[in-house]
Amino acid sequence: MATKLLLAKAHVEGISHFEVYRREGGYAAVEKALKMEPAAIVEEVKKSGLRGRGGAGFPSGMKWSFLAKPEGVPRYLVCNADESEPGTFKDRYLMEFLPHLLIEGLIVSSFALGSNRTYIYIRGEYAWIVGILEQAIAEAKQNGFLGKNILGSGFDCEIYVQRGAGAYICGEETALIESLEGKRGNPRIKPPFPAIKGLWDCPTVVNNVETLAAVVPIMNMGGEEYAKIGVGRSTGTKLISACGNINKPGVYEIDMTISVEEFIYSDEYCGGIANGKKLKACIPGGSSVPILPANLLLTTAKGEPRLMNYESLSDGGFATGSMMGSGGFIVLDEDQCIVKHTLTLARFYRHESCGQCSPCREGTGWMEKILGKIESGKGAISDIDLLWDIQRKIEGNTICPLGDAAAWPVAAAIRHFRDEFEWHVNNPELCLTQNFGLAHYADPIHVPA
Amino acid sequence: MVKFSEDKLKEVQSMIDRYPEGKQKSALIPLLHLAQEEFGGWLSAETMDYVGSLLGIEPIEVYEVATFYSMYNLKPVGKHVFEVCHTGPCMLRGSDDIIGYIKTKLGIKVGETTEDGMFTLKTVECLGACGYAPMMQMGIDYREHLTEAKVDEIIAACRNKQ
Repeated sequence: MATKLLLAKAHVEGISHFEVYRREGGYAAVEKALKMEPAAIVEEVKKSGLRGRGGAGFPSGMKWSFLAKPEGVPRYLVCNADESEPGTFKDRYLMEFLPHLLIEGLIVSSFALGSNRTYIYIRGEYAWIVGILEQAIAEAKQNGFLGKNILGSGFDCEIYVQRGAGAYICGEETALIESLEGKRGNPRIKPPFPAIKGLWDCPTVVNNVETLAAVVPIMNMGGEEYAKIGVGRSTGTKLISACGNINKPGVYEIDMTISVEEFIYSDEYCGGIANGKKLKACIPGGSSVPILPANLLLTTAKGEPRLMNYESLSDGGFATGSMMGSGGFIVLDEDQCIVKHTLTLARFYRHESCGQCSPCREGTGWMEKILGKIESGKGAISDIDLLWDIQRKIEGNTICPLGDAAAWPVAAAIRHFRDEFEWHVNNPELCLTQNFGLAHYADPIHVPA
Repeated sequence: MVKFSEDKLKEVQSMIDRYPEGKQKSALIPLLHLAQEEFGGWLSAETMDYVGSLLGIEPIEVYEVATFYSMYNLKPVGKHVFEVCHTGPCMLRGSDDIIGYIKTKLGIKVGETTEDGMFTLKTVECLGACGYAPMMQMGIDYREHLTEAKVDEIIAACRNKQ
């Protein structure tokens, strides 16, 4: 049985209410933290090896230690709950079922960073979760865990929930800050980083929901103990949201030692491919990370079993590997058309580009158009090369990582499934009659050995 | 004329109070949500100007935000808006079929509203419900694990509410 640090109590009846959460040991991390020096809490998070759970995987303790502390200037902690990466729905699960775990993590983190006014920026579509969080905040406040002079420590803290209004880009931390200031979500040029100049030009830390929730077990067990779970630089546990053509889509907490194969086929997790089909491909870390054909997904190029952790998922670089990303695990069965799937992702990025940088604004539109042309059987072989060329010119040439995020799925699809793109070009009459690409693709090329 | 009730104005003030003094512009996005709910499900120029006046900001500051975010409707919509996700993970689980079914059932194309003003159909990008696909948003709720039968039920329930 896997170690569960975050979801262990998710099924306890009434756990979304303060009394039950408290009875189950909740808010012990706040009691412990408020007796410590803030710097010592940052040290524990550093020792834990916790890496940002939003997608970038940057060491959280280090991010915290960058926060500037000029005299007389407020500092802010902002919780990034803008979860919008296709395939990702883990933060939603945490907030819906364990709101107090997030609030507890936020109080500890606010104390460690010196934030007296902390914001949760939640994507606008998660409208019903706003009420759940505000209820939890009100309960915590009634019980003295928020507000003025928390537990007699002299520390004041308020938490506010802010709804976005539909924009993937607001998951990028500087776009999120702009949005929180009541503006369009256009990412800022960095430096300066938010740690120096963030919300209202004050030093700011922006962390993902799962990252901040993980601060609770780190506080309770100590950074060193937390770091013993997992393997290498993949410490602790990770939430994976699994979707696509599997028997048991859902949110799973894993310690990062299990193999991808076990994750897909074990009944404890995905329960195998739906409808008795074969595995064709998978995007293991949210739509932005490279898609892998089944053989490279289950085993690295070196022939070792691939594991569900940061290092193993990226083993081989982009040539033969992918990334842990946000933990949005998208599985494609043998009937799925890679060209069509990639087209939906290209459309997504075109829709979500903020329009600031030309390579992204123009490039995402062209990628969608060319993919649409190929998918409908009107493409030429040269279009595949053109597509490759465009994605290469977007990558690395934009203010924020949305450009890379748009380029990588297209690049990986061509890299591993060029034959399928060519099939579309060479069989226009079939594409046109089916109009949905390779429906019921009878003879999958990419199956595990 | 567009104007919030006294109660709603109190809510507006509590939104503004969440931010430090002088930073009331931060309340713009939540305020536009409130205005859209209150004033017919969409944001007219008059509504946007009114919101701007409440925050002491220029109309253009409101327009540039309202046009950026996909949840704001800049033209009138039906009483019930079906926003069906069609990004990759939902597509893998049959969102195209569901969209096709709704189109036939309501006799409208994506982006249109039924003649009786009851239903608007939209396709939207990933809503974070990939594991429960196919799905759509209706107001503040998500309807997940959609099937043709479930769509029938939802439409019937909307019509019965009349």
